[in-house]
Amino acid sequence: MAILTLILLVVILLLAVVYLDREDHTASDDPLLVDAINRQLPQTQCGECGYDGCRPYAEAIANGCADINRCPPGGDITIQSLSRLTGHTLKPLAGDLTPTSEGVAVIDEDLCIGCLKCIRACPVDAIVGAPKLMHTVIESECTGCKLCLPPCPVDCISMVKPPLNLRDWHWAKPANPLLE
Amino acid sequence: MTRTLHRFSGGLHLDTHKHESRDVPSMLVPLPGQIILPLKQHIGLAARPLVNPGERVLKGQIIAEPEGYVSVPVHATTSGVVRDIGDYHIPHPFGIREPCIVIDADGLDELFPIEAVTDYAALTPQALQEIIRDRGIAGLGGAGFPAHVKLKEGVDNAVDTLIINGVECEPYITCDDRLIREKAMYVVSGARMIRHAVNAKHCVIAVEEDMPEAHDALAGHITAHDDIELVRVPTRYPAGGEKQLIQVLTGKEVPSGGFSINIGIIVHNVATAAAVYRAVTRGEPLISRYVTVTGEVKTPRNLQVLLGTPVSDCLKLCGYEDSNDTRIIVGGPMMGTQVRDCNIPVTKTTNCIIVRRKIPPIQELPCIRCGRCADVCPVNLLPQQLYLYAKADRFDETRQHHLFDCIECGCCSCVCPSHIPLVQYYRYAKFEIALEEQRRQGATRAEQRFLNRKRRLQQRQEVKQKQKAGSTTTATESGDTDADRKAFVRAAVARTRSRKERGTDR
Amino acid sequence: MREVVIALVPGILVYALVVHWGVLVQCLLAVLFALAAEAVMLRVRGLPVKLFLFDYSVIITALLYALCISPLTPWWINLCGILFAVMLVKHAYGGLGGNLFNPAMAGFVFVLLSFPADMNVWPAVYSLHSGSPGLLDTLALIFSGRDSIADIDAISAATPLTHMQSQLGGMNMIGEFTTDPRYGLVAGTGLEWVAITFLAAGLWLVFRKIIAWQMPATVIATLFLVSLVFYGFDAGVYASPLFHVFTVSTLLGAFFIVTDPVSSATTATGRLIFAAGVGLMTWVIRSWGAYPDGFAFAVLFMNALVPLLDHFTRPRVLGEAVDN
Repeated sequence: MAILTLILLVVILLLAVVYLDREDHTASDDPLLVDAINRQLPQTQCGECGYDGCRPYAEAIANGCADINRCPPGGDITIQSLSRLTGHTLKPLAGDLTPTSEGVAVIDEDLCIGCLKCIRACPVDAIVGAPKLMHTVIESECTGCKLCLPPCPVDCISMVKPPLNLRDWHWAKPANPLLE
Repeated sequence: MTRTLHRFSGGLHLDTHKHESRDVPSMLVPLPGQIILPLKQHIGLAARPLVNPGERVLKGQIIAEPEGYVSVPVHATTSGVVRDIGDYHIPHPFGIREPCIVIDADGLDELFPIEAVTDYAALTPQALQEIIRDRGIAGLGGAGFPAHVKLKEGVDNAVDTLIINGVECEPYITCDDRLIREKAMYVVSGARMIRHAVNAKHCVIAVEEDMPEAHDALAGHITAHDDIELVRVPTRYPAGGEKQLIQVLTGKEVPSGGFSINIGIIVHNVATAAAVYRAVTRGEPLISRYVTVTGEVKTPRNLQVLLGTPVSDCLKLCGYEDSNDTRIIVGGPMMGTQVRDCNIPVTKTTNCIIVRRKIPPIQELPCIRCGRCADVCPVNLLPQQLYLYAKADRFDETRQHHLFDCIECGCCSCVCPSHIPLVQYYRYAKFEIALEEQRRQGATRAEQRFLNRKRRLQQRQEVKQKQKAGSTTTATESGDTDADRKAFVRAAVARTRSRKERGTDR
Repeated sequence: MREVVIALVPGILVYALVVHWGVLVQCLLAVLFALAAEAVMLRVRGLPVKLFLFDYSVIITALLYALCISPLTPWWINLCGILFAVMLVKHAYGGLGGNLFNPAMAGFVFVLLSFPADMNVWPAVYSLHSGSPGLLDTLALIFSGRDSIADIDAISAATPLTHMQSQLGGMNMIGEFTTDPRYGLVAGTGLEWVAITFLAAGLWLVFRKIIAWQMPATVIATLFLVSLVFYGFDAGVYASPLFHVFTVSTLLGAFFIVTDPVSSATTATGRLIFAAGVGLMTWVIRSWGAYPDGFAFAVLFMNALVPLLDHFTRPRVLGEAVDN
C-alpha cells in the first residue's frame, strides 16, 4: 500500500513538472540572436558604446566581442534585458561611460545660423532646415543622442526635458524605505 | 416581469457616508470671476481652440472644436472675454498643467443662440449622435468617454440592453442621487432618447438599494408603454462599475480586453442621460454638472456648478476653511485622486470633492499571502501575485496574471492587513508597460530612419563616384567655393557671438 | 496576530495542568530563543528590529513548536529546532511572508529526525501514572538530558499514538489494547481535554473572523471521512475517526497551523485542496508511516505543493474566455 501511494505520488508530481516545463520552453525561442539583441537596444544610434550605431553593437555582443553594459541611453533596463537574453551576469554601466539624462535636442532658433552641420550629424534625420536658413528639431523623432551638439559652431543646441503633461506623466513605484 | 439579479464576486460593504449630503437640496454656484476650461475633459484627443485671447464669447458658444473622432468640443460656460489660452493646473495627482482656455466672466451671462429639437423621434440616429457630439457630452460618471462614440457603437452593432447607471457605489458621492431626485424627468427622457438612437431591445435604469427616494422619483416618470425596467441593485462596492453592473443585471461578463458592446450592452450614466435630454430638446450644451462637496466641511451638500469654476469656490460655498491638516480628494475616496491645491477647475468628470483629515503615513509591511485581497477582488484577480511581480518589475508576469483586467477599484488595498498600497503598484506596472511599448515603438522608428539615412548617403556616394568617373569637370551644386562657405560661416559665427553677448548684457 | 497568541494560552494551561507542567518551560524557552534568533536575523538583514520583533509572528511559531515537542525535551534540542525554524526556514527564505514552509513544523520535524531518542521521551499524564516525573526529574531532563536520569522508563510513558503504533506493529488488534487507561474516552486521557480546549479557542478565532472556517473544517472533515472509511473496512487495524480527530495535533493543527497564511495556498480552491491534503496525508502517515503522528509531515508536504496549487487553481478572471 505504501509503495503504491509513493508511486502514485511520484507519477502525479512528474506529470505536473512535465506540464509546467512544457509551458516554459515555448516562452521565448529566437533563432537570430543579433536581431533579438538589437531589439533590446534603444536605437538612439549615438555611438557611445564605441560602435557605429546600435546594430553593430548588437553584432559585437552576439560575437562575444563587447560587454552588455556599454549602452548609456538604454540604462539599467537594457542591461537587464540583455543579461536575460545572453545569460551574462548583471553589472552596472561601464565605468568609462556616463549615464544619459533624458531629453530631446532643441535649437535656439534666434541663434541658429543655418550651417547644416547638425543636420549632417543627426543619425535619424530628425533635424530639418535649408542652407543659411533656420533649422529645427522634430521633437517626436529626436532620440536624444546628443550627436548634434559638438558640430554646432554657435552652440545653439541644448538638451531639454519636456515638461510633464497628460501624455507622459507617470505613476512612480511606491517607495517603502524601511523595507528596502 | 422582474429581472433576476446576479452576483459579482468579491466586493466590499463600505461605510457609505452618504447621509451627510444626500438630503440637502442642491444649490446653484454663483458665477465666478474667472472660468478655466481644460481642452481635454474627456477620454481621447484634446479639443482645438477656435478663439483667440481678447475675443468676446457667449455662454454656450463652442470655443474649441473636437480633434478627431474620439473627442468632444468645449463650450464657454458663461459670457466674457478670453483672457488666455495656456497651460493651467487641472485635477491631477501630480499637479500637472494642461492647455486651458481662461475666460474673464463679464457677469452678463449672455446666451449664445441655440436651437432645440421638438421631436427627437423624427431624427435619425446619426443626427442624434451629431447633436450629442456638438453639445460636448462626455460620460459624466467619471471616465469621461465621449457619449457619441458609445452611441455610434450602438448604431453599428445590435444592442440588446441599454443600461442607465445610477448605481453610485463609492462612499460619500451623492451627486447622481440628488440629480435623479431633482431631475428625474430628464433622466427618463434622456434614457428614451438614447434608446431610440441605439435601438435597444431592453432598457434598464439601475439605482442602488439605499436610494429609495431616487427610485420613487424615477418610477413616477416611467410610463407603462415606456418598457423601461427600474431595478434596485444591492449596495455593495463596486456594484456601479460598468462590468460589475452588467454582471449583476444580466449575468453576462464583458470579455477580458473587450467592451460591453461586444456582448450587446451599452451603459450610460444617469447624468449623461440627463445631459442628452437637455442637449436634444433644449439645445443646451454640457456646461454645468452636479458636484458633491462633502467630508470635513461645515455644510456638506450638492452643487450645480458651471464647468470651469474653481474647486476652491465650491469648497468656500460649503464652509471649508483652508487648513494644514486636511487634504482634498477629487472623485470618490476609493478611486479618486488627491490633488495638491484647490485652484483647479471643475471639469466634466468631477463628480465629487471630499475634504478629509490628513492621516499619518502607515508603514507598509511585508505581504503575508493571506489572500484577503483575492477574496474581495471583483474581477477574480490574484492581487498578491500581481503585487509581487510588479514590485520585482516582472511586467511580463503581471500581464500573464491579467494586470490589464484590474479596474483599480481599490478593494484589495482597503482590506490589506499589511497596508500595502496595492493599486499604486498596479498603476505603476501599467504605466511601465505602456512606457516600454512606447519606447519600443520609438526605437523601431529611429532604427528605420537611421537605415533610410544610411541608404541615402550610400546612394549619394555612388552617384558622386559615377559622376567623377564620367566627367573630370564637376561643378558644386550651389556654385559656392570652399573658401566662400568658410567665410560665410565665420561671419555668421561672429554675428551670433555678438548677439549672444548683447543678450547676456540685457 | 495577537488574538492567535491569546487563543493558544488556555490550551497551554490545560496541557500544563492535565499532562505535564514541563510544557510551560518549553514554551518559555522557545519564545526566548525565538525572539533572540529573530532579533539577530533582523539585524543581520538590516531590517528594523523594533517593527518586526513584536509582530507576534515569531512568538506564534515558538509556541506552536513548543506544543509539538515533548514537555521533557532537553533545552538544547529546543534551541536547535528554533534556530532551524527562525534562521533557516523563515529568514533564509525572505523572512515574514517569504517562507515556503511552516517554520514551527519544519523546526519540529528537524529535531524529530535529528534526535529521535530524546524526542520520544514523553511524560505520563498526571491522572494515570504515579511515576509522572517530578520537579527534580523534569529539570534534570530539560537541563542535563536523558543520561542524568537512572531509570527513564519509570517516569515516561508512550502517548496513545505511539502506543497504538507499537501495539499494531506487534500484531495486536485495536479492540484488544485500547482498553488501556491511557486511551481515555476516545483519544487519550487528559489529552482529549487539551484537544477540546484548542477546538474551543479555534472556534473563538473563527467567530472573531481572525481565521476562516473553511480550512480547519476541511482538514477535520477529510481526516474524519478517510478514517471512517478505513475504520468501517477493518476496525481492528484502523483507529476510529474520533480518535484521529480528537488527537491534540489534529485540532491544534487544523485551527492554528494549517491556517498560517504565509505557507498555505492563496487561492480559495488552493486553500481547500491544501487543507484536504493535510487531512489525508496525516491519516496516511499515522496509519502506514514510520512515525506515530504525521501532522507536521503532512503540513510540510502540502507546503511544498503550494506553488503548484496556486498555479493550477488560479480563478478565472472576469471576462476571461473559458479554455476549449
